[in-house]
Amino acid sequence: MLTIKDLHVSVDNKAILKGINLTIKAGEVHAIMGPNGSGKSTLSKVLAGRDGYTITRGTIEFMGQDLTELEPCDRAHAGLFLAFQYPVEIPGVSNVQFLKAAVNAVRKAKGEEEISSVDFLKLVREKMALVDMDQDLIYRSLNDGFSGGEKKRNETLQMLMLEPTLAILDETDSGLDIDALQSVAKGVNSLRSQDRSFLMITHYQRLLNHIEPDFIHVLARGEIIKSGDKSLAQELEAKGYGWLLQEQADECE
Amino acid sequence: MTKRSEKVETADPIEEFLAQDYEHGFVTDIETDALPPGLSEEVVRFISAKKNEPEFLLEWRLKAYRHWLTLEEPKWAHVNYPKIDFNAISYYSAPKSKTDGPKSLDEVDPELLKTYEKLGIPLREQKRLAGVVAVDVVFDSVSIATTFRETLKEAGVIFCSFAEAVQDYPELVEAHLGSVVSYRDNFYAALNAAVFSDGSFCYIPEGVRCPMELSTYFRINAANTGQFERTLIIAEPGSYVSYLEGCTAPMRDENQLHAAVVELIAKEKAEIKYSTVQNWYPGDKDGKGGIYNFVTKRGDCRGDHSKISWTQIETGSAVTWKYPSVILRGDHSVGEFYSVALTNNYQQADTGTKMIHMGKHTKSTIISKGISAGHSQNAYRGLVRVAAKADNARNFTQCDSLLVGSKCGAHTFPYLEARNKTAKLEHEATTSKIGEDQLFYLAQRGISADDAVSLIVNGFCKEVLNELPMEFAVEAQKLLGINLEGSVG
Repeated sequence: MLTIKDLHVSVDNKAILKGINLTIKAGEVHAIMGPNGSGKSTLSKVLAGRDGYTITRGTIEFMGQDLTELEPCDRAHAGLFLAFQYPVEIPGVSNVQFLKAAVNAVRKAKGEEEISSVDFLKLVREKMALVDMDQDLIYRSLNDGFSGGEKKRNETLQMLMLEPTLAILDETDSGLDIDALQSVAKGVNSLRSQDRSFLMITHYQRLLNHIEPDFIHVLARGEIIKSGDKSLAQELEAKGYGWLLQEQADECE
Repeated sequence: MTKRSEKVETADPIEEFLAQDYEHGFVTDIETDALPPGLSEEVVRFISAKKNEPEFLLEWRLKAYRHWLTLEEPKWAHVNYPKIDFNAISYYSAPKSKTDGPKSLDEVDPELLKTYEKLGIPLREQKRLAGVVAVDVVFDSVSIATTFRETLKEAGVIFCSFAEAVQDYPELVEAHLGSVVSYRDNFYAALNAAVFSDGSFCYIPEGVRCPMELSTYFRINAANTGQFERTLIIAEPGSYVSYLEGCTAPMRDENQLHAAVVELIAKEKAEIKYSTVQNWYPGDKDGKGGIYNFVTKRGDCRGDHSKISWTQIETGSAVTWKYPSVILRGDHSVGEFYSVALTNNYQQADTGTKMIHMGKHTKSTIISKGISAGHSQNAYRGLVRVAAKADNARNFTQCDSLLVGSKCGAHTFPYLEARNKTAKLEHEATTSKIGEDQLFYLAQRGISADDAVSLIVNGFCKEVLNELPMEFAVEAQKLLGINLEGSVG
C-alpha cells in the first residue's frame, strides 16, 4: 500500500529525515516511536503533502501512484488521511457543514453521488456515539474552542466518516485523558480491516495498549534505527530510548 | 424661469422644450430617445418633459440641479478613481442604445458567461444580463409579474415603476419624495435628483403585511432604468414589507457611473426590510473597466416603534461608495445594518452605515463583514450618533475583516458621537486572515482550495447571510464563492 524508499527531507535547507525505508501492507498497523525532534511529525506532514518540506532524495509510492506528484487534496481523494496533532480551528464554519463538504468531496472524486442530508446525519450520529462525542459539537464551529479531548475525538470522527485506506495518526494520544484515549482507540479499532492500514506516530506506549500494532519502528535523528513487533514497545517503555541510541552509535564506530 | 413655468401649464411640455433656445447649442431630435452627452438645465427639462412630469417634480429637479452646480465631488472616501467628466455622460437614453451592445453571446466576455453557467442562469436570461441586443422581451417572469400584481392589488399594495407612480399617484410622490434624502444631501444625491431616470415605488397601506417579498428582479420594466435610479418605499402605520433589490448575476452595463438614491419611510409600528445583492461588473482582472457605484440609501424610522433593516451583499462594481443609513426618529425605533462587502482583484469598496439616534429608547445593530482578496481595498465607515434628547439609546457594532492573500487591504473607520449620557454604545472589531494551516487542513480532508475559501468565507458571513430571504441566501453563498475563485493556491 505504502512504500517509502530512502526518503530524505529538508526544511529550510536543514536535513530532517535522512533515508527512511518503510513498507506498509494492506491491513497492517504500524507505529513509529521516537524521542522529540527525531522527525516523526515531519514524516506525517510529508506524507500529507504540506508545503515547506522538500524531498531531496527517495520515493514514496501509495496505492501504485507516486504520492509526491499529488496535491494534498488529491492525496485525500486517494484515501490518505492524517489525524492532526494540532487540529486547526475554523471559526464560523460549522462542524457539520465541514464534514459534509469533506465527505462529498471524497465521494465526488470517486465518482459517487453526493450523500443525502438524511443519510449523512444518521451516519454522523452513529459515528459520534462510537467515539462518545457530545452531539452538540457537530453544530459548533470547527474545532473552535474545543477541548483537547474534543478535538481528537473530532479527528477520529472525521476518519470514521471518510473511511480512508491509510490513516496516519500524528500524536493522537498526546494530551488525552484516559476516557478520551479509550474513545479514540475504539474508533480506530472499529475501522481496522484487511484492506485498511494505519500509521501511528506516538511518544508513548500507552496508545499501543489500546490499539495493538503489528510493527513498531523507532525513529531517531531522522532514521529508523530499529524495527520489531509489539514487544519492542514494552522494552522501550522499560528502558527508554537511550540504549538504542547508544547501540546505534556503537555500530557506527 | 417663471415665464417658462407658465408656458408648461398651457402647452405640451415637449413642444415647450423644443421651442426653447438651446443654450449650449445642442440639437436633438425628440424622436431619437437619446441625448448627446452633457448636463445643463435644458437636459433636466428635457428629461422631465419626456416623462410628462408634473410641475412640482420639474421644479424639484431644477432646484437640485442648481444646487448640484455649487457642489464639489466628495473626496473623503478611501477610494481612488480617475476624475469623472460629468459632461461626457449622456443623461437620457431609453431604451439603451442598441448599437453599442454585443450582437450575440459570442461577443460577451467569456468569464462572464462562465459565471452565468455556474449560477445556473438560463440562456435567455444570460442574454438579457449580458446586454445582448434584440433579445425577445417575453420572459417567463412577465406572467409572474402579472399574477403578482393582482395579489398585491388585492392587499392594496402599490408596487410600480417610479415613472408610473409620478403619473398615477403624484400626491404620494410629492408628499414623500426627498423627505429622507434631500437633494441637498450630497453631490450624488443632488445629481440623482436632477436627472434620475426611473426606479421603483412602493406603498404599503396602514396595517397591511405585504403578502410577498417584493423584488425588482421580477419587475421587468425596471430593467434599463439606467444609471440614476430612484426608489421610494412608504410603509404606513403598522405595515410590513420585505423588499429585494438586485440580481445575483453580474450585469454587464455600458454606464460607468451609477448614482442611485433609495428612500425608505417607516411610520408608527411599521417595518421595512430591504435586502440588496449588488453584483455589477467589477472590471477585469487587471482592474480595467467596471462600474462606479455611488449610492445614497437612507431609511427614516418616522414613527414610534418602527423598524428598518438593511441587508446588503456587495460583491460587484469597480468602486463602491455606499452607506445605507437609518434615522431613528420615533421613540423605541430600531435600525439594523447587516453587510457583506467582498472585493477582489482591483476592486475598491468604502461602505458602512449611519445610525442617527434621535428618539428615546432607540436601538441599532451594525454587523459588517468585509472580505478583501487580490489587490483590493475594503473599508468600513460607520457613524453612530446619539442626539441630546435620545435617552437610553443603544448601539451594538461588530465589524469583522477577513483577508485573503497579502496584497489586499482592510480598513475600519468608526465614528461615534454621543450627546446623551444614557447612551450605551458597543463596538467590536476583528481582523483575520485565511491561514495556510486552515487551507491545508481542509485540503487534507479532500476539499479543494476554492471550495475551502468559499466554506470559510460563507462561515465568516453567516450572521449576515442568515438575514437574507432563503432563496437569496443560497444564491448569495454561491456568488461569494464564485467571486473568490482562484484567489488562493
